[in-house]
Amino acid sequence: MALKGNLRDFSTTQLLNLVNLARKTGKLTINGLSENASLYFREGRLVYAATNAQEGHLAAMLLKTGKLTREQADAINNQAANSSDRVMGKYLMDARLVSRDDIVQGVKDYMLEIVYDLFTWTDGDFFFEQDALPANDRITVPLNLDNVILEGSRRIEQFEKLQDELPDLGIIALKITDKPLRDVKLTQDDWRVISHIHPRNSVKQIAMNNNMDEFQIRKIVYGMLQAGLVEIIRPEGLEQKKTIAPITRAGRKAASQSPAEKRSVVTKLIDRIRRI
Amino acid sequence: MQTVKMVITGPFSAGKTEFISSVSEIDVVTTERKISSDAERVKEETTVAMDFGRITVDDDLVLYLFGTPGQRRFDFMWEILSEGMLGFIVLVDSVRPETFREAKHILEVFRGYASTPYVVAANKQDLPDAWSPEDLRIALKIEKDIKVLACVARDKESVKTVLLELLYSILENMQGDEA
Ligand SMILES: Nc1nc2c(ncn2[C@@H]2O[C@H](COP(=O)(O)OP(=O)(O)OP(=O)(O)O)[C@@H](O)[C@H]2O)c(=O)[nH]1
Ligand SMILES: [Mg+2]
Repeated sequence: MALKGNLRDFSTTQLLNLVNLARKTGKLTINGLSENASLYFREGRLVYAATNAQEGHLAAMLLKTGKLTREQADAINNQAANSSDRVMGKYLMDARLVSRDDIVQGVKDYMLEIVYDLFTWTDGDFFFEQDALPANDRITVPLNLDNVILEGSRRIEQFEKLQDELPDLGIIALKITDKPLRDVKLTQDDWRVISHIHPRNSVKQIAMNNNMDEFQIRKIVYGMLQAGLVEIIRPEGLEQKKTIAPITRAGRKAASQSPAEKRSVVTKLIDRIRRI
Repeated sequence: MQTVKMVITGPFSAGKTEFISSVSEIDVVTTERKISSDAERVKEETTVAMDFGRITVDDDLVLYLFGTPGQRRFDFMWEILSEGMLGFIVLVDSVRPETFREAKHILEVFRGYASTPYVVAANKQDLPDAWSPEDLRIALKIEKDIKVLACVARDKESVKTVLLELLYSILENMQGDEA
């Protein structure tokens, strides 16, 4: 069983959404055009990220996220280059250079920077290794993907991508799912959209009510859709295309059959196929 | 004599012909006629492009399996094929994510034609690069109440299972309608 493909066909947003919903554990490798990234997940949560351009050791992470100065980072690397991140973390805390919170926040910011950047990648082979975990000595911080997806999809700049996902805004409406909204960080614009969700309001109407242009509304709705906060429904009052009346002879016959007769046809088919 | 039909649809090269061939009692009739310039004004009537298989139940009942043409230029046939169908199967090529979007599109179009039951078959599960049915369900955003089944179209038993699961859904749907 595999999970591989290219971002051209299955985007970063879709991939993270899949990992999130399927509560996957393992390593996702993406070989982009100029860089390669690896993301590690445990039960659907992001726990570690690295790229080939940025080695993900603790000192480098803390330098990058401003928790250590260049001099401090260099000094530490000289002294403790071969020690594990866990040992180094303890050393840094003992030396009162950083606090536990600094370390957690630093690792988190570092991961987010890498993962948000991936949302702008449009090309690259990806590949998921089920159950692969980061090296033991690494400091991992579990991050809920709902927020990552929501924030990451705001960085999508390609209109076409958004166009693909949501075809005609005039003929779709939204429904709020039963996923709790309180766990995610919604922006003011998100709330403005949410406050207009109603089965009778098409997405186009929601945009008009909020004075949003098409790109804005698509971005917001796309993010909320991917994070599973809303789902698409047909607006009320817009009739689904009528089922075509059976016009073939067989069809007419079927239409005039009683429910019991119809059921007996299906049962016969079942018996027959079992015997093939 | 009553005939009933099921439609096997899905993107180009998903395995529709293979699927029907595995259970059909006749050689699958695959018809594709070029549109000659003369005939263009009456396209629909002169172009035939589909797979066609048969399973005879008894003297009074025959099941036809229709496979939709894989190429986009035959889209106009979909609606005709869907008329009066008992149900339909959307075959997905589990090793080619570049076709997932198309698969979803086809699924939505057929759902628009008729509210008959359907199942999604994640085909080519024998290949090492196949996406699992569970991942495909999420990738294609298939609702919980729709079955997404593992399938190997070359394997008769696997095809039988998919057909049976569709029939069970049809039966359930009938009971639901009556209640
Ligand atoms: N390994 C494997 N190959 C399959 C399976 N089903 C179909 N194939 C192969 O996939 C290719 C396409 O199969 P077809 O049955 O021709 O597909 P189709 O959907 O009828 O294609 P079009 O009519 O051209 O759209 C063929 O080479 C088949 O042999 C399967 O379950 N496993
Ligand atoms: Mg074919």
